Amino acid sequence: MSATETPPQSSWTVKLRERAVEALPPEKLLPDGQPTYVASWIYIFGVASIAALVCLIASGSILALKGPAWWHYTSVGHFFNSIHLWSVEIFFFVMVVHLWGKYWMAAWRGGRTRVWITGAVTFLVAVPCALTGYVSQQNFDAQWISTQAKDGLNSVGVGAFFNVTNFGQMYSYHVLLLPLAVVALVASHVLLVRRHGVVPPIDLKSRITPAPAAAAAGAAGRQGAPADTQPASGARS
Amino acid sequence: MSALGKLWSKDETKPWKGGYQHYDLVKEASIAVGVVALLALLLTVLFSSPDEKPSTIAQWSRDTPINFVATATDELDGTSPTAEYGPPYNHNSGSVQHVLFLHPQRWLGVSHPINTSRDYVIGPLETIPNDPELKSALAQYKAAPEKQQKEWAEAYGKPLGEYETAVEEKKTPNEKAVSVNPSTGAVTVQASGAGPVPVMIGSLLALARSGGVDGSLLTSNQFFQTDYTKPLLFMADGSVLAERAEAQHLLGEQWGMMNETGSYPGQVWLWLYTLWYQVEPFKSSPNADLWVMLIMGLLSTAFICIPFIPGIRDLPRKIPIHRLIWREHYAAGAAPPAQD
Amino acid sequence: MSPVTTSLAAIFNLNHSAHVVEWHFIQLSVANLVVIALMFVVFFAALLLPFPGAQNRRKGRS
Repeated sequence: MSATETPPQSSWTVKLRERAVEALPPEKLLPDGQPTYVASWIYIFGVASIAALVCLIASGSILALKGPAWWHYTSVGHFFNSIHLWSVEIFFFVMVVHLWGKYWMAAWRGGRTRVWITGAVTFLVAVPCALTGYVSQQNFDAQWISTQAKDGLNSVGVGAFFNVTNFGQMYSYHVLLLPLAVVALVASHVLLVRRHGVVPPIDLKSRITPAPAAAAAGAAGRQGAPADTQPASGARS
Repeated sequence: MSALGKLWSKDETKPWKGGYQHYDLVKEASIAVGVVALLALLLTVLFSSPDEKPSTIAQWSRDTPINFVATATDELDGTSPTAEYGPPYNHNSGSVQHVLFLHPQRWLGVSHPINTSRDYVIGPLETIPNDPELKSALAQYKAAPEKQQKEWAEAYGKPLGEYETAVEEKKTPNEKAVSVNPSTGAVTVQASGAGPVPVMIGSLLALARSGGVDGSLLTSNQFFQTDYTKPLLFMADGSVLAERAEAQHLLGEQWGMMNETGSYPGQVWLWLYTLWYQVEPFKSSPNADLWVMLIMGLLSTAFICIPFIPGIRDLPRKIPIHRLIWREHYAAGAAPPAQD
Repeated sequence: MSPVTTSLAAIFNLNHSAHVVEWHFIQLSVANLVVIALMFVVFFAALLLPFPGAQNRRKGRS
């Protein structure tokens, strides 16, 4: 509801609000139902990835509270470092299983290309985020990884402005910049899923078609029928 | 359907018009966080995490003084890997890579200049007070022409290089030419025509053993410092890090990029990145890093663009793993057998 | 031998040299091999194991 009777046409706030609500009305943003075809354990790996990310950020925040050297000389600090490390392993584990599931579902179908893209880019940004963590450990592992990784990065010229042997820079990237990027990507990924819905099953009757015009004669779906209902010469993604 | 989807795909997937089931999204997310947190806790209690203490220049100079002295001499005469590296450290070309017309390392230039003889030898030595012999040696070295400086350092470095090569090849090194005093840790090198270099390197070794080089390399520009590039590159020019890495299966040829210290799981997701380094022509190529980065860049782009790549995007239909995922749905819909 | 911080909380001490499996040119640590194997096991288990709530879904379809 607008605070004023007639908000101005030029109000950026009103325009943003109306666009946001149109794209994601509350019942779409936080739905209390899901399609009946969501009936497999493979569907838990997306939320498991988010859960692992939450654990990463929580344990990382505790490590950040006491500074980067803390975990080397207290057992409590070492404990949270361990939580952080195992959260990384769990994060990549479940994210890759999620990726495998989504690939074999061809989850980019039905206008969900950006869902796929944001997911793929999240993985590709998470890898350097992990690297910055590994070189920020301030132990032998960090010494070795940084002196090795520098050669790959220098070869492409990135080493000129992204110096893995510069602890201060790497710590900043690891604690702030790259997690922000990962969270922003995950948020846009999830919002796109909310907007487009979970991808419907592949239609078992579909065919490859060279001519999109043939799809115009397509059959309507009946209740409970596969969503990408197609005519006999339907399109294939 | 989005404009992008219409442009590239003949996909006619329509929005779901079928049935819905009750579902508590917030509860599911909360349960997931709880389960994952418990799993991380369990793994922590079972296995903890590794924390191998870092090497220091002080340790290096005490544990393997000959390697330290040999590396320091190479830094002085500009023949160490860092001295010859090229951008972003200097304008040489020992480690500059290119592929066809691509020279990104050169293009991005020298952004972190390191002059190895000044930064690793002369600079730290100048911090040592009250040493007239060293002061005289430094004055003699700095006053000499560059050609003379190089000859002195090479004369001193030659027996050291031969010693190190013998050790690497597991032969008996010449201990008359290079020896270590077991009580003082000082290194003696039988070399004529080395000028003031023996005094300089001997003083550097003593400074290193006391921890002075670690500190000097870190705070050379300012008091507060978080850039460990100089001490790390110095150690990487020697064998202190590589020897520890080899014992931990962290070398490149050991697929070390994927590994963690100890017996912990490492970075399994780097399997494809490190795989290229194990096969020809990349294995023996001086431009391996650039080649591998380009290949992985291309594959990463392809990964992002899977929805647009015919064949790759059609594989899920051809290999029907989706029939397992949606088996209940297909059975409930009583669809005729698939003919695709 | 380099000094290693004692892992106070660990029940199993993994701070020893890794066992490595070699096959042709491939070298994988046992830990990494276990992780990779587990990923495949978990993936196929997720595909094959029955998912609860079938009654709820039947109501939704009807």
